[in-house]
Amino acid sequence: MNIKPLIVTGLLSLVSSVSVAENLSINISNLTQGIYFTPLLITTHMENVHLYQTGTAATMELQAMAEGGDISGLLASSDTLGAVSVANPAEGLLAPGMMTDVMTLDTGDNDRLSIVAMILPSNDGFVGLDAWPIPSEPGTYTLWLNAYDAGTEANNELIADGSGMPGTLGVPANPGHNGGVSGTGVTTNESNQYIHIHRGNLGDTDAEGGKSDFDSRIHRWLNPVAKVVVTVH
Amino acid sequence: MKYTSLSLSLTVAAFTLGLGACSGDDNNDANNGDRFETVTFRVTMTNTTHNQPLSPPAVILSATGRYAWDLGLPASDGLEVLSESGSPSAFVAAFDGLVSATGAEVIMPGQSVTLSLTTDADEPLALTVVSMLVNTNDGFTGVTAWPVSHLARDGLISVLAPIYDAGTEANMETADSVPGPAAGGEGFNALRDDVDFVSRHPGVVTADDGYDASVLDQSHRFDNGAMAIAVTRF
Repeated sequence: MNIKPLIVTGLLSLVSSVSVAENLSINISNLTQGIYFTPLLITTHMENVHLYQTGTAATMELQAMAEGGDISGLLASSDTLGAVSVANPAEGLLAPGMMTDVMTLDTGDNDRLSIVAMILPSNDGFVGLDAWPIPSEPGTYTLWLNAYDAGTEANNELIADGSGMPGTLGVPANPGHNGGVSGTGVTTNESNQYIHIHRGNLGDTDAEGGKSDFDSRIHRWLNPVAKVVVTVH
Repeated sequence: MKYTSLSLSLTVAAFTLGLGACSGDDNNDANNGDRFETVTFRVTMTNTTHNQPLSPPAVILSATGRYAWDLGLPASDGLEVLSESGSPSAFVAAFDGLVSATGAEVIMPGQSVTLSLTTDADEPLALTVVSMLVNTNDGFTGVTAWPVSHLARDGLISVLAPIYDAGTEANMETADSVPGPAAGGEGFNALRDDVDFVSRHPGVVTADDGYDASVLDQSHRFDNGAMAIAVTRF
């Protein structure tokens, strides 16, 4: 199976498009009470490029991000397509209730904005924005982002060292250290292998057992999980 | 007749001060800021949840840019009292807007209430609306610093207000910590035993979802969006 590093639909125009370079400022807020975002990838790219699309299978690079927070593959692939990106503006995890800023980003010839980061604790959950058309009109634009499931790993909700590697089942970390241990596992089955809206964490209230290592009172969310404010200068 | 500029201290609800253009005076004053115009906003609030009564709402008109809460920052003391007990008076007093009104009773699921605010403040105005989801620990819904001055006469703007967590009380859902009819427990507790910042609400778990100590059942669950707010201007 030929897995492309990014999804490129249709033809990329090789002729410089009519888009004019924009200078953007981007503010991203973690709206949740108990969910962390791993290092964010913010990328401006051409039309027909997607880091992910709902209803399609995740690429290997998307899987690496969703399962382990590794954005290096997506960043490298974006670079080869002429994207202008900012990686890890928060210099690490973006904790619940916190925000981070990209003060200036020159889009060059790119006129779409995408954002991804893994959400923790989860097996392969991520927060995402897919190819938002960047307005040419100067102004301030507010976007609300949902949590997605990459469809590449069963949501067993068990913490396991080293499980950030694609193919290794488990949740790599719970940064808040406020869950449980010794869960038996919520499920071993990922029946939906397409990218889709995350059905949420289940969790339980058993600190030393139960099905999940997550706390149902702390590690759930209701969409949206992120607020993005884009200023076009 | 010369208009003097006044600092207006406005009273609650339907009064306006008796200042207006002198009849028969059609001087075109060069300074438009000296004309006083009364404006009334009618705010209709509808409870869109399945089984989360909303506490008597507070509605406040203020200058623009005045936020009653900020995501990621601690709730004010007044908001803590409101979000844990449903009582709005401390919140309203502390916010100190131009004019305010509070509902007389709880808004039951599916029901609506309309409150009116009248002012002749000569500045851009914004609306704050807030109410507690009573079958939660510290869940509230509403809007803050929502600009309304652009609304034309007889125009209407509307929004489905999100559900927030005040972060002041852990979401234990126990009988002694939830004040609503599901439990009848304690409302306000000055101890802040949760994350101490305002966030979007993560939802309730309930006993039907395996949390045995919860006094809530599946009917108390909600997804984002608790109150439909419609504002018209007269």
